[in-house]
Amino acid sequence: MLSTFLKQPIGQERLVSSLVTKRFYGGLNDNNRIFTNLYGDYDSSVTGAMKRGDWQQTKNIISKGKEWIISEIKKSGIRGRGGAGFPTGLKWSFMPKNDPRPSYLVINADEGEPGTCKDRQILLNDPQKLVEGCLLSGYALGAKASYIYVRGEFKKEIASLQSAIDQAYEHNLIGKNACGSGYDFDIHVHPGAGAYVCGEETALIESLEGSTGKPRIKPPFPPQFGLWGCPTNVNNVETISSCPTILRRGSSWYNSFGRKNNHGTKIFSISGHVNNPCVVEEEMSIPLKTLIEKHAGGVRGGWDNLLAVIPGGSSCPVLPKNICDNVLMDYDDLEKNNSSFGTGAIIVMDKSTDIIKSIARLSKFYAHESCGQCTPCREGTIWVKSLMDKIVEGKGTKKDLKLLESLITAVKGNTICALGDAAVLPIEGLLRHFRKEVELRLID
Amino acid sequence: MLSLCQNKIKQSVSTKLSCRLFTSLFEMEKLPFDFTQDNYEKVDNILSKYPSEQKRSAIIPLLHLAQDQEGYVPESAMMKIASIVACPVSKVFETFTFYTMFRPKPVGDHVIEICTNLSCTLRGADQILNAIQDKLGIRIGETTKDNKFTLLEVECQGACATAPVVVIDGNYYEDVEVKSINSILRDFARDVVPKSGTQSKRNGPEPIGGKTTLKTEPWAQKIREDL
Repeated sequence: MLSTFLKQPIGQERLVSSLVTKRFYGGLNDNNRIFTNLYGDYDSSVTGAMKRGDWQQTKNIISKGKEWIISEIKKSGIRGRGGAGFPTGLKWSFMPKNDPRPSYLVINADEGEPGTCKDRQILLNDPQKLVEGCLLSGYALGAKASYIYVRGEFKKEIASLQSAIDQAYEHNLIGKNACGSGYDFDIHVHPGAGAYVCGEETALIESLEGSTGKPRIKPPFPPQFGLWGCPTNVNNVETISSCPTILRRGSSWYNSFGRKNNHGTKIFSISGHVNNPCVVEEEMSIPLKTLIEKHAGGVRGGWDNLLAVIPGGSSCPVLPKNICDNVLMDYDDLEKNNSSFGTGAIIVMDKSTDIIKSIARLSKFYAHESCGQCTPCREGTIWVKSLMDKIVEGKGTKKDLKLLESLITAVKGNTICALGDAAVLPIEGLLRHFRKEVELRLID
Repeated sequence: MLSLCQNKIKQSVSTKLSCRLFTSLFEMEKLPFDFTQDNYEKVDNILSKYPSEQKRSAIIPLLHLAQDQEGYVPESAMMKIASIVACPVSKVFETFTFYTMFRPKPVGDHVIEICTNLSCTLRGADQILNAIQDKLGIRIGETTKDNKFTLLEVECQGACATAPVVVIDGNYYEDVEVKSINSILRDFARDVVPKSGTQSKRNGPEPIGGKTTLKTEPWAQKIREDL
């Protein structure tokens, strides 16, 4: 019967492939979600968190040893959820061995990338995941203490996190002899004060030290010279908060989601012209169209009303509808399509949007947020903003467009930190996919 | 004694400091600053978080504390913070000037900060801004004549899925519409603080049309056997 089927000439390949199960991404069940109190429907205290599975077998995980923890995190394939997507286990292994200086774990809760609002939900509704994550990650890194740098505007979130830390101390989960493991570990909250650039790890460290948030030249990297000149690992809230569940349920469990090199689950922030803007945890490699239609109620006016999507926060080049039809939400597929995964912050724009004005608004943002330290960014972001404003108003010329293109080359890769690149990448995306619209807006 | 100090200060000022700070030092007499007794407990708590030789890390939290106490950060507060953390006042001044949250001048009783970044603009922040400006009769950066409201434009506040977002006195008002912002401003005008968070039927950034995930109460999952 099967061989008769396979001998059929037309549609054979389709028949053969339908016999082999095709892996579709994006059907994450609630029993595989990590952040089970994402919307704050349930008790966010230590008691409520324990009911949901937090702080179970923490002492046993610690007793497995640092190498085991780092190996598990490496095997899980988790990549930094703060935007850079660097493999977390690998980043942890950069910490020096046998260094007399104290080590620190710094948590980046400076959520400032436009479009991103995921870490906020963890701080408000599931903070015990972060606290436990700090303890386990800190132990693996041999850290003396953890500093959680939260953006200054998040006053409610800072209070929620501080309350979670206080409760953890009261229950002897952290502090001296944390969880009865013999390991002493302290966690402190430190506020920012309104600077997007402090999301960059070395600028964050500078800010933690009481200085202006001006990034350092790398190398040396934070594991070699970080907070107060000591070995430091800077990780995102979501990354560290995922670690306890990964260690408890197994790296192979986490590894089973998403495509190769893009494993795990992710909290996506979906905003803009969708019917139901929201924050949702889904499987990595979920098709963008499926994500928007399944969880965000679809694009306003239907999928065909879509103009463009910024897939990972404002620093990611924009994607036009024809790419959005098929692109997968993971690091590799977005890079293949000349964009990036970033923080998984999806900004949807429908056909009513003035795409040039939207990108110009991002240029204004980067010009405001540049720390001013290096010339290409300090001068370049101001020039990009003024040229974009000129084009938006309909006063731009072909010469201005040429200057804008030359600015992309002048700034990209020539700055101390990635803010310079982030400032010109939206322009690159605009000119790659919407060049005609830009040229139509020019005077000549 | 005071005139002796003033003369000493004048001498160092004329050789070391800029004109702006020179005049400000004398304003310091009119605007002396000290933390309140309660706030000094918070100062100790803040300092205890950092190693004793790294007191400078307390600069930003102490600037926040001074601003929460006074509504802005007077220069005398920066002098006080510099003495607490044992660093030159120029260091505190440099840090203060870098960050957008810190205010060098007094503001109105209520500070309205509206986000006009992309996600908020796509959801109608322009209409909200116009509504605020029309209702209060002020533009961005201005304070109402009765000193009740100051209006500022800010960048992304990190609540994009519940855009548009307006932050008033540090409280996030999300899913704001023209009707709701008018009602919020009326409450603040009477010095009543309306309920913050989303101003729509949802509690937070779950899909407003109904949750697609986490519809039932979660439970602890099976742990790996080798633990």
